[in-house]
Amino acid sequence: MSSPGEILDPTRRAVLKAGAAAGGAVLLGFYLPVGQGAARETKAGGAGASAKRFEPNAFIRIDKQDVVTLIMPQVEMGQGIYTSVAMILAEELDAPFERVVLEAAPPNDKLYGNPVFGIQVTGNSNSVRAFWMPLRKAGAGARAMLVQAAAKAWNTDAAGCRTERGEVIHDASGKRLGYGALVDQASAIAPPKDPPLKAVGAFKLIGQSLKRLDTPDKVNGKVQYGIDVMPAGVKFATLAACPEFGGRVDRVDDAKAKSLAGVRQVLVFDDFVAVVGDHMWAAKQGLQALSIVWKSGPHATVDSNEVWKQLRAAGEEEGVVAKTVGDAAKELAQGDRLEIDYEMPFLAHATLEPLNCAVHVKPDGCEVWIGNQVISRVQAVAMKVTGLPAEKVLVHSLLIGGGFGRRLEVDYVEKSVLIAQKVDGPVKVVWTREEDIQHDVYRPVYLDRMAATLSGGKIAGWRHRIVGSAVIARWIPPAFQKGIDIDAVDSAVDMPYDIPNLQVQYVRNEPPGVPTGFWRGVGPNNNVFAIESFVDELAKKAGQDPVAFRRSMLDKTPRLKAALDLAASKAGWGQPLPARNGGRTGRGVGVQVAFGSHIATVTEVEVDAAGEVRVHRIVCAVDTGIAVNPDTVIAQIQGGLIFGVTAALFGEITIDKGRVRQSNFHDYRMLRINEAPAIEVHVIQSSEAPGGIGEAGCTAGPPALRNAIFAATGIPLRRLPVDRDVLAGKKDAMTGKQKTA
Amino acid sequence: MVTLRINGEDRSVEAPEEMPLLWVLRDLIGLTGTKFGCGIGQCGACTVHVDGKPTRSCLLPVSAVGNRPITTIEGIGATPAGAQVQKAWLDLEVIQCGYCQSGQIMSASALLTTTPKPSDADINAAMSGNICRCGTYVRIREAIKRAATGSKS
Repeated sequence: MSSPGEILDPTRRAVLKAGAAAGGAVLLGFYLPVGQGAARETKAGGAGASAKRFEPNAFIRIDKQDVVTLIMPQVEMGQGIYTSVAMILAEELDAPFERVVLEAAPPNDKLYGNPVFGIQVTGNSNSVRAFWMPLRKAGAGARAMLVQAAAKAWNTDAAGCRTERGEVIHDASGKRLGYGALVDQASAIAPPKDPPLKAVGAFKLIGQSLKRLDTPDKVNGKVQYGIDVMPAGVKFATLAACPEFGGRVDRVDDAKAKSLAGVRQVLVFDDFVAVVGDHMWAAKQGLQALSIVWKSGPHATVDSNEVWKQLRAAGEEEGVVAKTVGDAAKELAQGDRLEIDYEMPFLAHATLEPLNCAVHVKPDGCEVWIGNQVISRVQAVAMKVTGLPAEKVLVHSLLIGGGFGRRLEVDYVEKSVLIAQKVDGPVKVVWTREEDIQHDVYRPVYLDRMAATLSGGKIAGWRHRIVGSAVIARWIPPAFQKGIDIDAVDSAVDMPYDIPNLQVQYVRNEPPGVPTGFWRGVGPNNNVFAIESFVDELAKKAGQDPVAFRRSMLDKTPRLKAALDLAASKAGWGQPLPARNGGRTGRGVGVQVAFGSHIATVTEVEVDAAGEVRVHRIVCAVDTGIAVNPDTVIAQIQGGLIFGVTAALFGEITIDKGRVRQSNFHDYRMLRINEAPAIEVHVIQSSEAPGGIGEAGCTAGPPALRNAIFAATGIPLRRLPVDRDVLAGKKDAMTGKQKTA
Repeated sequence: MVTLRINGEDRSVEAPEEMPLLWVLRDLIGLTGTKFGCGIGQCGACTVHVDGKPTRSCLLPVSAVGNRPITTIEGIGATPAGAQVQKAWLDLEVIQCGYCQSGQIMSASALLTTTPKPSDADINAAMSGNICRCGTYVRIREAIKRAATGSKS
């Protein structure tokens, strides 16, 4: 038994039994925090069990009691990936799905690295895309080994054996053996290099809307997110970073804070201050009672106007060419050119679970409890701060209450480890919402400069200049090549329309002092918005219906064309809109190929005289290839649309005197249920390889909304978020830029 | 020392009078199902029932609870409306990240207790204080209606 505070052996695991409401004995296994395990129902799965297990690869473990444990390389943050990964593995393994045990993978880039990035990251909507074949092969390989083991035991030919729900069956003799009974024999067999995979038509699990494995404990408070861990003797901390970008701590008067009951320590670091207490309330009260004098840094005078001035100036330059088709420069020089700029604001992630990280630093080890999208980087930063080797830094990967890209960063881990080094025993660091909003790693501001010519009712020349921060250059430097941020140009270089002369350029411009990062929808967010907004304006210039105009240029993208036809038909495109509340009503369309999914969206809005926008209905047609779990696809599109529409209607972080102005949900608004539209998602049957879906709805939301407003009001918005004053006629929309007077 | 009646059990804790119930539940008693989201009553993640009424525990000083009974997400399944809501939530697979869902379920259970057959307007009024960042609103609405039908039959 490990005592509280002792480092847990990574092989020592406990398994949680999920709520009875699960509809079966679904087991969820996690690394249990020290001190928690004893309080839970545990089942031997590690150190306590002397039995040998069958571990054919990094994803599957089968014990002699027939327990099939599946190790999750990707983290669960609501997108349903635990269930999808388990379905893919269980499909090829022929394991009884309702009885599998899930376990979060420990940090290990080599074993669990995302095949696309080479590091253990969950993002870019590519979990299913990247792991589709590796997981299928892992499941099929294990299955082949079990079959061989049974055939050997029965002294028969493996070809005469089949598998079903955790058993190998020999029909000719009627013999059957559970996988657990084959542990020893199967372990002696070498994993096959290219195990036969099931034909798509033979799938029993994949393609079914199976119940999620993580949700039963989410209805009764049992689920444990990072913020919920309670290692024995834990203290609670909260912090304040310098409110100005680039500022530092000058001095702190902590006399009053230290006199408060429950306040244990005031810790002053270079650019932040933390208060440690007996509970979060004491820590918060202590922080408020501090008198902190900050020292301004180089960005103390930065404001949004300056950011935009720099971005627009950068946009005047030619960019690095990221894609060329035909001769766009020549075509644009001779035609009747339409040029429009689109601008998108800084955005915060505002995950509902505020940032948090619990850490216990001991002389000979460090234990970290966290929800994070790059679990190997969590370990790396803890190693960097403590100087400990990897084997001494144990990371517990917990379920995540919203990632959206914020948890692709480890800034909050670093701060937490620094704090923990000065605390005796474990400490849980929880950010206030204010800190979370004001010290985010923001979705960058983007300027998309579009130019096009028309010929014969179609687009003949096209130039798209993307101006913005290169998040890739900071986050994964080797991927930043030749001055092109491959994420910033994603869905622009591969835009779906058939245009004979096309050029896509990228201009890198880093906003002064403001940290930028990935935000749900990443590069395709700004690109799909700019492209689809511009295409609507081109349709108008061409005197064409927006659906017909798009359709005429999609012959080379038949999957998208089919999605467009379906969405238009289901939405009643071309038919009169129902009378609403007397506002201006309109329908808008948007299409995209993003994250490997083909999506068409039709949105209905109503705009009142004051410029308030009511989104009534969104119809979405989705071809994501094989939908591993169709209900998850629908859920992700529904939620993604709301996420995107929220940003388009309300989302903007502004900077004043080097500080973020917004601080909480009162001034960084979220769409609420009374404002939410009806959403219909139509999933197109497909046998193509699976596409990504976690972010696709987010990128689909804003353009169809913007185009619906265009249809309703005739006002072509060129800037997000939606400006009510423009829609109320109080401001000129045509420049797309803020008027100063 | 303050004694609170939580999910039918008396719990005595040492807590400053002005300490919000949220932190008493989470950090002192260990009932972590009730969530911290904003601290200013904007998001509803911290919703509990105080004497059956949905209440933002992040704003309620523990001293103001008095002897009124508290129900949290850990105990809501023992109430008929709570059990119906939990079932409907799973049947319709409402949940994504789940972080807001404790609060959503508490608000929905309170709604169904007072209004067994809620209209869309009733749902808007009762649920608009609960933010879901994953955007599960479409299913929340459906699930409340499902739970209402379930409790009727």
